[in-house]
Amino acid sequence: MSRERAFNLAALALLVAVPAWAQLTGETFTITLATRAVIFALAATGLNIALGLGGLVSLGHAVFFGIGGYAMGILAFHAQSYTPLTDWPVTIPGTKLMPVIWLVAILVSALAALLIGLLALRTTGVYFIMITLAFGQMFYYFAISWPAYGGEDGMAIYVRNGFPGLNTLIPIQFYGLCLAWLLVVLWFNARLARSRFGLALNAARQAPQRVETVGLDPVRLKLVALVISGAVTGLAGALFADLNRFVSPTMFSWQLSGEIMVFVIIGGVGRLFGPVAGACLFVALEHLLGGITAYWHVWLGVLLLFIVLFGRGGLVGIFAGRGAVHD
Amino acid sequence: MTDPVLSVEGLCKSFGALRATDGVTLDLRPGEIHAIIGPNGAGKSTLIQQICGGLSPDAGRIRFLGADVTALPVRARARMGLARTFQISSLAMEDTVLQNALLGALGAAGRPWGFLRPALRDAGPRTLAEQALERVGLGDVAAVRTAELSHGQRRQLEVAVALTLSPRAFVMDEPMAGLGSAGSQQLTALLAELKADAPVLLVEHDMDAVFALADRISVLVYGQVVMTGTVEEVRADPRVREAYLGDAP
Amino acid sequence: MSAILIAEQVLNGLQSGVMLFLMAAGLTLIFGVMGLINLAHGSLYMVGAFAAAAVAAATGSFLLALAAALAAAALAGAVVETVVIRRLYDKDHLDQVLATFALILIFSEGTRWIFGSFPLFLDIPPWLSGPVELPGGILYPAYRLALIGVGLAVALGLWLLISRTRLGVRIRAGENDREMIAALGVDISRLYTVVFALGAGLAGLAGALVGAIQSVQVGMGEPVLILAFVVIVIGGIGSIRGALVGALLVGLTDTLGGIFLPELFKLFTDPSSATTIGAALASMSIYVLMAAILVWKPTGLYGARA
Repeated sequence: MSRERAFNLAALALLVAVPAWAQLTGETFTITLATRAVIFALAATGLNIALGLGGLVSLGHAVFFGIGGYAMGILAFHAQSYTPLTDWPVTIPGTKLMPVIWLVAILVSALAALLIGLLALRTTGVYFIMITLAFGQMFYYFAISWPAYGGEDGMAIYVRNGFPGLNTLIPIQFYGLCLAWLLVVLWFNARLARSRFGLALNAARQAPQRVETVGLDPVRLKLVALVISGAVTGLAGALFADLNRFVSPTMFSWQLSGEIMVFVIIGGVGRLFGPVAGACLFVALEHLLGGITAYWHVWLGVLLLFIVLFGRGGLVGIFAGRGAVHD
Repeated sequence: MTDPVLSVEGLCKSFGALRATDGVTLDLRPGEIHAIIGPNGAGKSTLIQQICGGLSPDAGRIRFLGADVTALPVRARARMGLARTFQISSLAMEDTVLQNALLGALGAAGRPWGFLRPALRDAGPRTLAEQALERVGLGDVAAVRTAELSHGQRRQLEVAVALTLSPRAFVMDEPMAGLGSAGSQQLTALLAELKADAPVLLVEHDMDAVFALADRISVLVYGQVVMTGTVEEVRADPRVREAYLGDAP
Repeated sequence: MSAILIAEQVLNGLQSGVMLFLMAAGLTLIFGVMGLINLAHGSLYMVGAFAAAAVAAATGSFLLALAAALAAAALAGAVVETVVIRRLYDKDHLDQVLATFALILIFSEGTRWIFGSFPLFLDIPPWLSGPVELPGGILYPAYRLALIGVGLAVALGLWLLISRTRLGVRIRAGENDREMIAALGVDISRLYTVVFALGAGLAGLAGALVGAIQSVQVGMGEPVLILAFVVIVIGGIGSIRGALVGALLVGLTDTLGGIFLPELFKLFTDPSSATTIGAALASMSIYVLMAAILVWKPTGLYGARA
């Protein structure tokens, strides 16, 4: 068994064991923290598909997170206020059903990724970074200045949305749903990395010229990667909104885009469990350091600086060494 | 005479005041190796770029398999069977040798849109990739990371990727560059075999290789073709000696 | 809508444009010479504003406050360049993004630690506090007019610096060929520190100047930084001229969009929803501008390289 595999299994075991232990001892708050970590891990896994496989340094992933969040917020708002989203051309009611909300979150964030990608992928390098950051800001200001759904204040959803057969109000059951999504997406990510598309995308990141000379379009490969990536992060946004029962424009903020990227980097770019490790470490630090000092972001900054300057490969890299060949 | 596979007519490309390609006309016939030689700065790389679609010419036409491809992008020409190798190896260094060859096979099939099934389990492309690796002598290192290959092996892999495209013509940009004498002898032997598959347009500095392989040679100087002829004709031509070898009498 | 109102809004657009230029010029210079994308540029803007507010509170002199802003930001820039940034030049953009994101966290929280979370205020000096009457009977705040003047003067100064001085020659050489200028015997690491400090100083100056009409608080730099990125995408990376044109375009679009779009929608719908829709769309107008320029010229108006 490779060390990376051992690391991944250990991480999985912790994702099951810690909340189970918390459930037994009645530490509900720990379950909420773990849910937060799992949802961030899902968002970061989304980014890792674009960044790790496709080399796309997107600093605007909060767009998809926010769209997912507002998909939940808007649908649930109309359901709880018994008003339709629209009456024309057909009446579309709101919903409190998670599967429907997820589907909408995935589709709308995928569409946004497609549109942003069509524009941003006309460029490469620093332009791409700056453009994704700028589009993030565009959504942020739009959410602030559009008053129908709370504007700057955001909006609260009073009761968590439902899933057939489960009581999502019980923290451990909601956690189970989020973990299930994370596992499905990790499985998908692992398969994707080895698939034909993954192979071509990997090559498009390393040698775009080569991909073109074998008759493939690297930009189209990257566009599809961005769409998949945005859809996953959008789904995470919908879950996050349900965790907090609240959505606000901060879900679109550039800080959040930066943090999603930080999860990926401190965990390990391009490593399957990198985003998971990074998100868990972040939430743990936020909780532990945040309890000691209100200024814990300073220490997060210092840690990040050290990882960038001295420790390539993030947590997974530290435990499992440099990446082996994907096979 | 059979129709040429690839032909270039009156190709011009300027960068500012520099005429990098100045009315180049040449063709590549079935079954031949056509070498392009010329001193540094003669415009060989610019010419290759235009033939493969990386640069668009200011004037002139490029025909491939009877069709005008002047306006087509790189990947469209590649899909028609124009297989290019790079002067500086352009491979996915983190991937294995087999994965690199497989990329070519996927490109040739035009099917990169598989999202769940492992690429290596795709029997058709995999067989194609493995055959190409065997042919260039890389069968033993298929599972090795490309970054760990020697310089010469990367050159062979470049050729293998080109082979997976089932090419109708090869365009090779200085395949011998940076190889030792043993390496270039090996590659020379390989190229001599390849022309049975498809004709080769070969840009090369290594004169031993060129004289050993080429059926015809075009001499490019300051963006213009000074002459095109057989090895003997080129060797004997005083203009070539002057322009290219620099030892004017 | 009166001509006077329009003229005022055009001046407001110019004013925010030239301030954006101070930010964008430093960013684009740093990218052009060192190939570095610096997210922490907004932090230097904040450093300038806080330094100015602190010095103004202590001395009561606005000019001293401006000098302090320039000096503090330039010094912070030089220190950060020496300690962190110079280790990033040969790294990829992803590393640069993360390391400079880490710097934002450190700068922001550090500032909060020292100054607290409440906004500080920097007052406009009395000698610039009134309005001036412009030709055509427009009354316009003297301070904002001064900002336009300062911004244009800096643009001119920067142009002179780059086209007429030895430092400028080196900067231009550095943009074209790094090895070449090392071979010419220019101390390249010192040149980099100087260029970074210059960019930082411009950001700090902008922070102090704008701080007097807005509040001085943690997090004030990043929205401006992102606008400056939009400016650079429009103008083209590495081009000072592009930064100026882009900054003015963005400043004018943002200001005029906020005024005219609601007016435009009043032609189609009732006033209150026109104001709503107009304001929401106005918040997107500069990004739409950016998208349009991207479709037309992917490397920006004056950009050469991708």
